[in-house]
Amino acid sequence: MKKSVYNGLYVVIAILLVLPFVMPNSFYLDLAVRMAINAVIVLGLNLLIGFAGQISLGHAGFLGIGAYASAVLPTHFGWHPLLAMGAGAVATGILAAVVARPIFKLKGNYLAMATLGLGIIISIALRNEAQWTGGPDGMPVPAMGLFGFELSNDKQWYWVVALLLSVSVWASLNLIDSPFGRALRALHGSEVASQVVGVDVVRYKVAIFVLSAVFASLMGSVTAHYVGFVSPNFADFFHSIELVTMVVIGGMASVYGSLVGAVLLTALPQALATFEGWETVVFGAILMLSMIFLPKGLVPTLAAKFGKGE
Amino acid sequence: MSMLEVKDLSIHFGGVKAVQNVSFNIDSGIVYSVIGPNGAGKTTLFNLITGVYKPTTGEIRLDGEAIHGKSPNELATRGVARTFQNLQICMNMSAVENVMVGAHLRLDRNLVKAALRFPGLKKRDRELRAEAAELMAFVGLEQYVETRADAMSYGALKRLEIARALAMKPRLIFLDEPAAGLNPKETIEVDHLIRKIADAGVTVVLVEHDMKMVMNLSDRILVLDYGKKLAEGTGEEIRKNPDVIAAYLGAHA
Repeated sequence: MKKSVYNGLYVVIAILLVLPFVMPNSFYLDLAVRMAINAVIVLGLNLLIGFAGQISLGHAGFLGIGAYASAVLPTHFGWHPLLAMGAGAVATGILAAVVARPIFKLKGNYLAMATLGLGIIISIALRNEAQWTGGPDGMPVPAMGLFGFELSNDKQWYWVVALLLSVSVWASLNLIDSPFGRALRALHGSEVASQVVGVDVVRYKVAIFVLSAVFASLMGSVTAHYVGFVSPNFADFFHSIELVTMVVIGGMASVYGSLVGAVLLTALPQALATFEGWETVVFGAILMLSMIFLPKGLVPTLAAKFGKGE
Repeated sequence: MSMLEVKDLSIHFGGVKAVQNVSFNIDSGIVYSVIGPNGAGKTTLFNLITGVYKPTTGEIRLDGEAIHGKSPNELATRGVARTFQNLQICMNMSAVENVMVGAHLRLDRNLVKAALRFPGLKKRDRELRAEAAELMAFVGLEQYVETRADAMSYGALKRLEIARALAMKPRLIFLDEPAAGLNPKETIEVDHLIRKIADAGVTVVLVEHDMKMVMNLSDRILVLDYGKKLAEGTGEEIRKNPDVIAAYLGAHA
């Protein structure tokens, strides 16, 4: 990997800086915030799926823990939103580590199954603990205050999220091209080869799983505060699948692919709204076609075509 | 005291006794070859010593310390490197990155420092890349440094594995059929390469079918047949051993 991978980061920052000034109305600004939030989640998930080759089908569950930590702890216990956010992230990290360790000691990819179950358990728990979570109806989330300054309008949120996204892209690029990142990619390429050069495979898999889960939890909290409301659908299995789809469509093991996947699949339902009732079908057809014609995902396929390579 | 001591080593896969009561010692600084017909248990023996398999019974000692049952990554910390008969290259990475992974244990692997790009890390990475490129030149792959591994030929990948193993700065290296599938010219190059590795002071354990290469390089040879030790000795002793001749020519002794 040469210096040029960081050039993409400057493009991303430039787009983020210009975007709010060319937005025709607040509908698009809201869409941009959602895209950016999804992009950060998908970046974390792609580190796990694309780079380390481990599949999680329960990431929405981790989003749910973060989101509900930010809803429940300030509402019922009067915690500061930042503290609640941190608590959600720590709880998610511990849960992810406890679940992942025994799974990664098994040979074969059992993580997909385990996370599938975990995600469903989390969403059921959120639905059933109605006295705390509001049950299926969800609950409102108090506003996020930062140093006595309340984040209220979309513009402010946009800048916060744009900053988070830029930092995440930068950190992901750094991580991939480091000894840690190379060890991750190596265990994906050949587990036994990475072991014999000294990579503690279980430790690395657990570390990246926990990292991506914590990413998801933090962004779950951000989403909860931004939207001002949480419901159990947020932690749903279908949301997990949507996130995995973003990774796959954008391009596995591609930082910029994560962004493209998140942006496209966040926009797609809006663009398809004109199909009234048929949008799910059209959505499915687009996914199928892109899998047939772009099996490596959008960004890697295009990069290979134009000879840039990532 | 020998560097590596193997005593009564056995492994059973169900009813199959792939390696049975094999004992031998390897002294530091030599080239030690393991030969035998296909299915004799040579690769299984490598997998046992490098921790990929756990022995059913027996002992393996490195510098007097028991290492049987330890995992491959623990053995890597003790300076044991290996290559594979059926390539184990990370096809999702470039050639030089494959070699850089070999240096894993010598690096600062901290996740947080890497993500936040702590000062000094990138510089260390550049040095490492230069070092890996040098190793690639050492094995004769200097023109492939930035090539993606999946775009390289079989013969080149064989040598790339050796470069990755050398990046560990090992004391003991296991080469599993480094010349398999290579053309005669490439085979001679690998022969010279192994000589250079041994001359650099690394103890080499070699599994190879190319007898010319084995006889040329080896200080000592172990012959396996059906998982058992058939003979051990210098090239000359092995060449004259009637049991070995019988096993190789298929005669009934």
